[in-house]
Amino acid sequence: MPEATSALNGREASAGAITLRDAGLVGMITLRGNLASAKLKAAVKKAVGQAVPEVRRMAGGLEGGAGWMSPDELLLVTAHDKAAETVAALSAALKAEHHMAVNVSDARAVITLRGGHAAEVLAKLAPADLDPDLFPVGELRRTRLGQVAAAFWKSDEDTFHVICFRSVADYVFDLLEASAKAGPVGVF
Amino acid sequence: MLTLECPYCGVQADETELSPGGEAHLKRFGPGSDIDDFEGYLFMRENPKGVHFERWRHAYGCGKWFLAARDTATLEVFGTYPAQTTEPPQALREAISAKRPGWRWRDFA
Ligand SMILES: [Zn+2]
Repeated sequence: MPEATSALNGREASAGAITLRDAGLVGMITLRGNLASAKLKAAVKKAVGQAVPEVRRMAGGLEGGAGWMSPDELLLVTAHDKAAETVAALSAALKAEHHMAVNVSDARAVITLRGGHAAEVLAKLAPADLDPDLFPVGELRRTRLGQVAAAFWKSDEDTFHVICFRSVADYVFDLLEASAKAGPVGVF
Repeated sequence: MLTLECPYCGVQADETELSPGGEAHLKRFGPGSDIDDFEGYLFMRENPKGVHFERWRHAYGCGKWFLAARDTATLEVFGTYPAQTTEPPQALREAISAKRPGWRWRDFA
């Protein structure tokens, strides 16, 4: 079997105080089902070590995470080489319930955006309010970046992880790089 | 720019994050229904100047459909609510009445 390769193949860029980096291979699972179900909660805990997150929140992170994507959808984050077996475990645990668990690791790209005005780099591209008071650490937002769908969560005060579809990974990286190069705005 | 609060995410979603779905609270008349009812379901829309109820989808966000009440002339938004409802919530109707006394939309007032 050919070796898995991330869409951005280790691409990096920096501009001023901002660094952009391909987060590499990340295991990602779309889990849909009844988020209030005890079985689902237990399965999520076992799969990624996190509780089902509150609305718009990311519990944990790249090392094991659960993000709220919609009232019946979570994004589970795990090691890339653990994604397939985690899906199998979820499917087995939720066999009796209406659900869907799919390994989407290779359909997506993850970019790490870091730097003092990282929120402004995103705010220039998305119709989302990134004011630190309204968008605290652990907040996750599905929105668009420029012309494409994307999601990001705030990992710490000056770090965001950005997720997009694999086919637009270069576009999103270019977009973030251009926004970073234009410098800080000084709003946040 | 129209901004609607998604009742599922709770975010203030701007128009570019949403896709429009036409009029809300349509009653479907399918195969075997009366020809006039079918015509009404298929073609007849309110198109009011003033209070209106619409379907919107948080396309770039949670992906869910929701309903919104707004004024087509002023773009004032009265409120949004989940799609799993067959008529506008009472509290929303009262809020509209406070601002547009005597409003009427299809069978709702
Ligand atoms: Zn939403």
